[in-house]
Amino acid sequence: MNTIIIISVLPIVLLYLGLYKAQKALLPVTVIGLLAALACAICQWTAKDTAAPIYTGMLLFNNFSVVFSSVTIVSTILILLLSKGYFERISRHTAEYYAIILFSLAGIIVMVSFNNLVMLFIGIEIMSVSLYILAGIKKSDFASNEAALKYFLMGAFSTGFLLFGMALLYGSSGSFNMDAIREYVVNHPHIDPMFYTGIALLIVGLCFKVGAAPFHFWTPDVYEGAPTLITAFMSTVVKTAGFAAFLRLFSACFQPLSDFWTPILLVITIITLFIGNITALYQQSFKRMLAFSSISHAGYLLFAIVSLGAASGNSVFVYATAYSIASIIAFGGLILVQQQGGSDNFESFNGLGKRNPFLAFVLTVAMLSLAGIPLTAGFIGKFFMFSGAVSRYHIGLVIIAVINAIISIFYYFRVIIAMYFRADERAELTVPVYYKVVFALSALATILIGVYPDLIARFI
Amino acid sequence: MTVSILLFLPIVAAVITALLKNGIAKHAALFFSVAQLVIALIFLSKFVPDASTQFVIDVPWISSYGIYFSAGIDGISMVLVLLTTVLVPLIILTTYQHQYKNEGAFYGLILFMQAGMLVVFTALDGFLFYVGWEAALIPIYFICALWGGENRIRITIKFFIYTFAGSLFMLVGIIYLYLQSPDKTFDIHNFYKMTLDVKHQSWVFWAFFLAFAIKMPLFPFHTWQPDTYTEAPSGGTMMLSGIMLKMGIYGVIRWMIPNAPLGFFHFQALAMILGVIGVVYASIIAFKQKDGKRLVAYSSIAHVGLIAAGIFAWNIAGVQGAMIQMLNHGINVVGMFFIWDIISRRLNTREIDQLGGIAKVAPRFAIGFLIILLGTVGLPLTNGFIGEFLLLKGVFDFSVQHYVNLVLAIIAGLTIIFGAVYMLRMYKNVMQGETNPLTATFADVSGTEKFTLCLICVLVIALGIYPQPILHISEAAVTQLVNQIGSKFTM
Repeated sequence: MNTIIIISVLPIVLLYLGLYKAQKALLPVTVIGLLAALACAICQWTAKDTAAPIYTGMLLFNNFSVVFSSVTIVSTILILLLSKGYFERISRHTAEYYAIILFSLAGIIVMVSFNNLVMLFIGIEIMSVSLYILAGIKKSDFASNEAALKYFLMGAFSTGFLLFGMALLYGSSGSFNMDAIREYVVNHPHIDPMFYTGIALLIVGLCFKVGAAPFHFWTPDVYEGAPTLITAFMSTVVKTAGFAAFLRLFSACFQPLSDFWTPILLVITIITLFIGNITALYQQSFKRMLAFSSISHAGYLLFAIVSLGAASGNSVFVYATAYSIASIIAFGGLILVQQQGGSDNFESFNGLGKRNPFLAFVLTVAMLSLAGIPLTAGFIGKFFMFSGAVSRYHIGLVIIAVINAIISIFYYFRVIIAMYFRADERAELTVPVYYKVVFALSALATILIGVYPDLIARFI
Repeated sequence: MTVSILLFLPIVAAVITALLKNGIAKHAALFFSVAQLVIALIFLSKFVPDASTQFVIDVPWISSYGIYFSAGIDGISMVLVLLTTVLVPLIILTTYQHQYKNEGAFYGLILFMQAGMLVVFTALDGFLFYVGWEAALIPIYFICALWGGENRIRITIKFFIYTFAGSLFMLVGIIYLYLQSPDKTFDIHNFYKMTLDVKHQSWVFWAFFLAFAIKMPLFPFHTWQPDTYTEAPSGGTMMLSGIMLKMGIYGVIRWMIPNAPLGFFHFQALAMILGVIGVVYASIIAFKQKDGKRLVAYSSIAHVGLIAAGIFAWNIAGVQGAMIQMLNHGINVVGMFFIWDIISRRLNTREIDQLGGIAKVAPRFAIGFLIILLGTVGLPLTNGFIGEFLLLKGVFDFSVQHYVNLVLAIIAGLTIIFGAVYMLRMYKNVMQGETNPLTATFADVSGTEKFTLCLICVLVIALGIYPQPILHISEAAVTQLVNQIGSKFTM
């Protein structure tokens, strides 16, 4: 449980560091603190998954929580390493950014270890409120402000749905506690219609948070308007956490009622896949393409919930990990290209194979992984998702997913084509050391997981 | 001694070669590929030509999904391992005259592709098979797109998406088989034992058929092929036509028909018809081609159509014919593309109409060309003959069994004539007649070119005169497989 405590205390330490102008210490302290939190989380892992609820049943830090805390903390560390020098350029208040990101992470840890609907709500709110601020952190930038306002309005709206849904669940089952809700579902032959309404509202709220269609309208604008690193944080860490919470709630409480909600989620999944992929196809901006592709990846992640089973947690974990590390490379590459004179269009990547072979190579690995080509982690994720869906006889869904995977080749390979096959006379591009480390680690992890997925695929 | 050394050496070689400088890389690649051939020959010397699978490696890979790194060599695999390991050094030799920019990457990708193809030819686990299948695709995409002709970007992405689409459906088929298997593994022998009903087998059949028909390619899934073959650099074209398309044929023999026999027999006639249509259609188009490389590409579709028809007949003669024809077609098509590579490198054109009379100025080249050409059209005592003979025998046996498909068999038989017509016409227009100002300066082959050409010609003639050793390798395995599936059908 020390993980939550460390991650909650760390931002306060950082704020004090900021107060005493110790700018240089910010990054090392953050990284060390997060590594400590990571170590604490890993220590909680037990071979037989025997964790018991703590804090009067509010939280349950089981293996599921350990695994998802770890992946979100590691992704955050990687993103913060990329932020070296990035926040300083935007504004002078660097300590606040680190602190807010960590507050958001604290909310995320609560989201992956809740055992009570109230904690789920609190976790989501801690995360979201931090994100509203982060999206608008470029104070003088018009797009950033627009992103923050849009995100806040839509987010507040969806929170309403979430809260209303929880209230209805409470009204019919008499408790916020997940064990009590599960008991209610299992023991009552006639479930209150109010309870079903509650589930439907929860689906709306959660789909909004994870950016699944048709509740995705905020994603492209917010992702485009927010500073690129914040976008990276939102589309990797936040999305992973959203799915972890989604899965935890549904597998713990609503599994017996799957006849009711599976059709709803099936429709949502199919719409999400098509909207994400087809819109991504028409984008000229790399950043916007990543935003839409993140919608389509939400669609693939929904597979695990549609075909809910014992392997779902593992599938989401592997898929989210693969997607996160590949996205971090993509966003990191985008930052570098933008900094050195490019826009965020595909053309900025022209000739990157010559301008910086290393960057071009890791970006290629990332794109192949996002496209789900074998020997990369992304393929393993897709394979687990497809297997889950086929095992539940959602063959039609898998065929739709296959068609979408083919569509996605077009826009991911556009980057590869731009980098290697289109000439450009721009100057060579230098990659700072921190970026090199993050890129090398991420690319290596992508390939290692792709070749030997047992490295991570047996912890849930 | 397990097959793993054969699978991992090319990966190591690929990484080393990719890091080397221009000038050294091609020699290193040649060295590694020859080493690979030597290893394959050692395997061959220890190989017992019965129906068993030998040199098996079987270690857990992804435990939660019952996936094993499981590979081995039986008679059918052995022929294809030989094909791959013989052709790769040959192909590297044919590219010796080219000065590729970033040579290390080029040869590294070729060696990596070799690893992928060897995995495909030896895999005994469905998941491993799929991984090898895709691992061979990525390098060839980059080879074509980086070193190809003018329209390469558009054409290679079409090629990639076509084949990737097919293979994803195959993946769904494999996952489906896995979930139906009693002990939840991807082991091919478990797949073989399963008895699904006709309806489900039909789905599995189509999932595999799409992937393999696109890869071979069979009519009407061939539209990516001529463009890609034309635009790819000659080394890439040879890898594609010489070895990679055999992945599709091998897949049909090993994975499609045995895993979905009822589905296959349900659609057997349709598959045969597609094969035969491909033969006729491609031959007619080949006849009209002006670009030499494109002509060879279409002739390849025609040959593959016949091989496919022979396999779809599913009797011992047909499948054995396919086995030996895969090897021989590989050698011949590499030879043919090499011929056109030599011509286009010297004269900067592949237009058949602009050429003529080359035989007068380059007699050695003319002899080499003629021998390879005769092998391609299947003249007796060249390597093409025995394969085509067995394939046609297989198709005729099938039609005698079923009485109605005799027309199909006769049309398939016409291919030998078609092939001879367009090939000999090409030879006449390119090599004979009077020289023109362009071809008068044609320098005869020498050095590495001569050596490579000689090597190919020796193979063409040697395998033509005495094909028995090759047939012997695969005989027991093919007989067992065909009988096993045939008995399922009669049940």
